[in-house]
Amino acid sequence: MQKHLFLGVEAIGQGAIDGGMSGVYAYPGTPSTEITEFIQDNPIAEERNIHRKWSANEKTALETALGMSYAGKRAMSCMKHVGLNVAADVFVNAAITGVNGGLIVTVADDPSMHSSQNEQDSRFYGKFAMIPILEPSSQQEAYDMARDGFTLSELTKVPVMLRITTRLAHSRSGVVRKEVLPENELTMPTDPRQFILLPAIARKRYKGLLSNQDLFQQLSQESVYNRYEEGTDKSLGIVACGIAYNYLIEHFPGGTCPYPVVKISQYPLPENLINRLDKECDELLILEEGAPLVEESLKGFFSKGTPIKGRLDGTLPRDGELNPDLIAKALGKEMFKGFEVPSIVANRPPALCVGCGHQDAYAAMNEALADYSKGRVFSDIGCYTLGALPPYETISSCVDMGASITMAKGAADAGLIPSIAMIGDSTFAHSGITGLLDAVNEKSNITVVISDNESVSMTGGQDSSAYGKIESICIGLGVDPAHIHTIVPLKKNHAEMVQLFRQEFAYDGVSVIIPRRECIQRASRRKRNSK
Amino acid sequence: MKADIILAGVGGQGILSIATALGEAALADNLLIKQAETHGMSQRGGAVYSHMRISDKPISSDLIPGGSADLILSVEPMESLRYLPYLSEQGYLVTNITPFVNIPNYPDIEMIIAEIRKFPRCVAIDADTIAKEVGSTRASNMVMLGAASPFIDIEFSKIEDGIRRIFARKGEDIVTMNLDALRRGRRFAEENR
Repeated sequence: MQKHLFLGVEAIGQGAIDGGMSGVYAYPGTPSTEITEFIQDNPIAEERNIHRKWSANEKTALETALGMSYAGKRAMSCMKHVGLNVAADVFVNAAITGVNGGLIVTVADDPSMHSSQNEQDSRFYGKFAMIPILEPSSQQEAYDMARDGFTLSELTKVPVMLRITTRLAHSRSGVVRKEVLPENELTMPTDPRQFILLPAIARKRYKGLLSNQDLFQQLSQESVYNRYEEGTDKSLGIVACGIAYNYLIEHFPGGTCPYPVVKISQYPLPENLINRLDKECDELLILEEGAPLVEESLKGFFSKGTPIKGRLDGTLPRDGELNPDLIAKALGKEMFKGFEVPSIVANRPPALCVGCGHQDAYAAMNEALADYSKGRVFSDIGCYTLGALPPYETISSCVDMGASITMAKGAADAGLIPSIAMIGDSTFAHSGITGLLDAVNEKSNITVVISDNESVSMTGGQDSSAYGKIESICIGLGVDPAHIHTIVPLKKNHAEMVQLFRQEFAYDGVSVIIPRRECIQRASRRKRNSK
Repeated sequence: MKADIILAGVGGQGILSIATALGEAALADNLLIKQAETHGMSQRGGAVYSHMRISDKPISSDLIPGGSADLILSVEPMESLRYLPYLSEQGYLVTNITPFVNIPNYPDIEMIIAEIRKFPRCVAIDADTIAKEVGSTRASNMVMLGAASPFIDIEFSKIEDGIRRIFARKGEDIVTMNLDALRRGRRFAEENR
């Protein structure tokens, strides 16, 4: 059978297409971005006209996917872990409305924070919403789960979470595809009030969700993704979740692990397998990528049962992603430690590209800010967050999508005047607009710099949903047009830009400055592609 | 057969083109592959690496365990040293010696080269100059793959075929240039290992 060399994210994209999906809804975010990009470039998606345009943010994405599910078709929404915070409202409530067509919520976590502000574990959200969670250990499982997850969702009548982490997302391996399933027909929900979460209806539906937990448990026990692997040395039993299973088996190739192992790739935790392991083994070791969710749920408050080792007792680090070395250490295996890195090796952090417009904006901003005390620029999520590093060191915050504008407003409310927000065009479209409305309504004394590179750049140059609309959005929100300025961030315009910043920092009210020049990476890609 | 390779470089240097060529060759040889890449923030001029694992037996971990890589293949000299904790006792260090300087505190290149040469099993090659000689500095990654090829247990002709497939759509001249680059890299490694 032909094998495709797929990244984990590509395997999910292909699986979703082959599973009869009619629409993918997403906002770019590492390490989830390439799922949607893969679908955008896929010939079957093209032929079937599967919906595959970017959404403004994760909330609009998941809501739209839920709407497609309402109409009977299969939909997937993809996001990074912090994106699920943005979509949390619809996510939790969609577990109560349930689905009509199958709905998969794919969430890519980033333990060790390679490209993120935190390393929250999305399995907690899945558990919180009380829905089944799938956590692949391989690219093949990622494909299978994306393809067959729609059926699971339709069977359980709730959204299913597909949770991956950075390593699986961005690692390539052979995947065998299965038959491409047809799309669902347009069908209305059988219960016309299913999606109306008025309290009286919501209470009934919530009881339904609670009583469905037994079914979810039974499906986990029967799942092909969960299994008990026999072992002769019962001094230790191992629970290995998702990709952690691979790191374990790395040390015992060809089925030579002496300890019994429960492999977990579908939640809720299958009670029969865990109970058996607990009964047969003297101690348990829990290997899970992310936070100690399984460990905590097995440990119990008084820790009177079988001793449990993992991230909570120091057997494994409490934070950061796992790897084969950490697991070898947890098992007491000695390994050659490699060679030391010579002390002359310097760190090489990411930096703004040479020729990037954000650089010119920061250079001008720093000069205009020289008259004021430090710590006035609130920033946001994007390439321009690198303005925290030398040589700029301009910004004082980076918290969540859109927080630059609202934090600047809060600081101005407290008396820090002027306060400045530095936000990108796409982040503004994602979550900056409502904050700017707050500022306009209260005539807050802030300057909002929307550094517009006409793309979602940090994730690889996707289309920005506010493209060509930023000024009209600001005017529509009520910003005084006399205080909306656009300038091309180039060295030759430096003096003019400094003057503009000075003038608007001094203005008592909301002003918006838009340095606008296309991302140079996107520009050069465009030139290459048009050749 | 097993080859655990750390590919190293700086975001934007295109180390994944090496992985693609090697992956093509491994697939044609019916070998199994796992390859973990760096995407996201570090691609903006930061240190990037890829764990490439090739084997005739099933591969479990997507990451190479510490102290067990057969080869570090780096397109930048300082970056070749960053991943030494992964190298096995018998492993090879193959690196380009042209520095990519995008940080203010880049160390003295002579000291970097001296550290590299401390390794008995190393190949330090000026891939950029060789690439220029065959036609374009853009072929330097294929020079590097050629320089690493004596230490990877895949038939050289399969690697050549991989390159032919990858560059086919860019025309015969580009294919020839990259094959040239590959062969020049290999010759250098064989003469200087």
